[in-house]
Amino acid sequence: MHHVVTIMKRELAGYFATPVAYVFILIFLLLAAAFTFYLGGFYERGQADLAPFFNFHPWLYLFLIPAISMRLWAEERKSGAIELLLTQPVTLWQAVLGKFFAAWAFTALALALTFPIWITVNYLGSPDNGVIVAAYIGSLLMAGGFLAIGSCMSALTRNQVVAFILSVVVCFAFLLAGFPLVLDAFHAWAPQPLIDAIASLSFLTHFESISKGVLDLRDLVYFALTMAFFLIATAIVLDVRKSE
Amino acid sequence: MIKTERLTRRYESITAVENVSFEVKPGEVLGFLGPNGAGKTTTMRMIAGFIAPSEGTASICGHDIEREPLAAKAALGYLPEGAPSYGEMSVRGFLGFIADLRGLEGAARRTRLERVIDRLALGSVAAQTIDTLSKGFRRRVGIAQAILHDPPVLVLDEPTDGLDPNQKHEVRALINEMAAEKTIVVSTHILEEVDAVCTRAIIIARGRIVADDTPQGLAARSRYHNAVTLRLERAEQMPAARAALTALPQVAGVEVDGQLPKLTALPRDGAPLLAEVNALAAREHIALQSLELEAGRLDEVFRSITA
Repeated sequence: MHHVVTIMKRELAGYFATPVAYVFILIFLLLAAAFTFYLGGFYERGQADLAPFFNFHPWLYLFLIPAISMRLWAEERKSGAIELLLTQPVTLWQAVLGKFFAAWAFTALALALTFPIWITVNYLGSPDNGVIVAAYIGSLLMAGGFLAIGSCMSALTRNQVVAFILSVVVCFAFLLAGFPLVLDAFHAWAPQPLIDAIASLSFLTHFESISKGVLDLRDLVYFALTMAFFLIATAIVLDVRKSE
Repeated sequence: MIKTERLTRRYESITAVENVSFEVKPGEVLGFLGPNGAGKTTTMRMIAGFIAPSEGTASICGHDIEREPLAAKAALGYLPEGAPSYGEMSVRGFLGFIADLRGLEGAARRTRLERVIDRLALGSVAAQTIDTLSKGFRRRVGIAQAILHDPPVLVLDEPTDGLDPNQKHEVRALINEMAAEKTIVVSTHILEEVDAVCTRAIIIARGRIVADDTPQGLAARSRYHNAVTLRLERAEQMPAARAALTALPQVAGVEVDGQLPKLTALPRDGAPLLAEVNALAAREHIALQSLELEAGRLDEVFRSITA
């Protein structure tokens, strides 16, 4: 655990050593606000809740999370630092988790910085703050799922641009797994149980119920399993390809 | 100590390293030599636990690198090829990170950090970002990282690559200083390094060990072992000197190299011939500027067994 924290701290400091962190947070906040007020019609709806804010998170994450996760391992492999890191007395797991938690903590920070919108809605009316807390938790879990996918894609390649594009594509597929866009590709040949299974993988469906304030254990388990699956995949990919 | 047994690494179609077995004991400095692509780096990566061997084993201080990776890695200081580090960190920040991973704490952490920063003359750049440093400084940061926890075993992949002659001298002095109590493996393709720091050398070619000997033993394999090089006072005596030398029964051949009036007489079967050549020069009135006995030329041995 000690090493996970050490690696996580180094990684986090790395974000802030370059303009990446500041640019990311700025863009994230600007886009979140723009979506909420313009596309979401925050004022026009006349309701004291944050639905117009949270509804756009999946789409925001679709492009912004891969921008964070693309460097996780691709850069490490390109610079050769991965050899330095993995020949220290740390396990591959500690490295995978340390880096993942750093990216997740960073996303949590960006998400926390959206607090003015929560203050705004409380100033304007009396929203159900329980729903808002649940939605924040759901959003953070979804970000974790996207980051785990991104971590795996980043481990696959030495090229950050390739990692970014792969992550966007896989995240998009997961986002829309329950929708015709993805399901139609399976309808022709796959058996119904498989199609149902794929449909149940959709980030959107799981996030929607949480963002309505329903903290269902199944949704939490779903996001936890998604993260676990892609982090295990990251470790396997690294074990095979780290030296290439 | 380091021990490898029949270490082998295969990639899809090629065998990068094949049946490499050796043992290095404390007090030994092993030079790991070979042409580029011979398998030096692959072997070192297997010893350091970065890539798994296809077959065979490697152990550090008795800890098998695959079965007890953490104990093995804790006993090892490793400089990977190209001395990678985290470019956005400061030198002190980076070394501090390594110290944390190495489990150094409190006063020991501070003392060790100061010691390596001082020993590798990194004091002037300690606060600087690694990305902004010259190649020589980055290499030294890599070496500092490897010796930070004062490990009993050191594996350094091309520690002097990219250093200027003064820095090379410094790093060699550092290796010699540590040699007494540590087990050290240094890979290099600079042959002068072998004479400067190594007590033993292994030459590897196409993934296999082709020679394992002391530097003196390797030099003795050279055609130039016990050869005598004469530098003449007067260039016009060259043809006469050459003819006289060739006529000596102990001489296998005579070579002229370079622009200077210089001749090298090669011995037959490595037998000493300095006395004969000296006597001949006196007899034939060949004016000598210098007369030199050669121990052997490593580069020539290297070429002949790796080509």
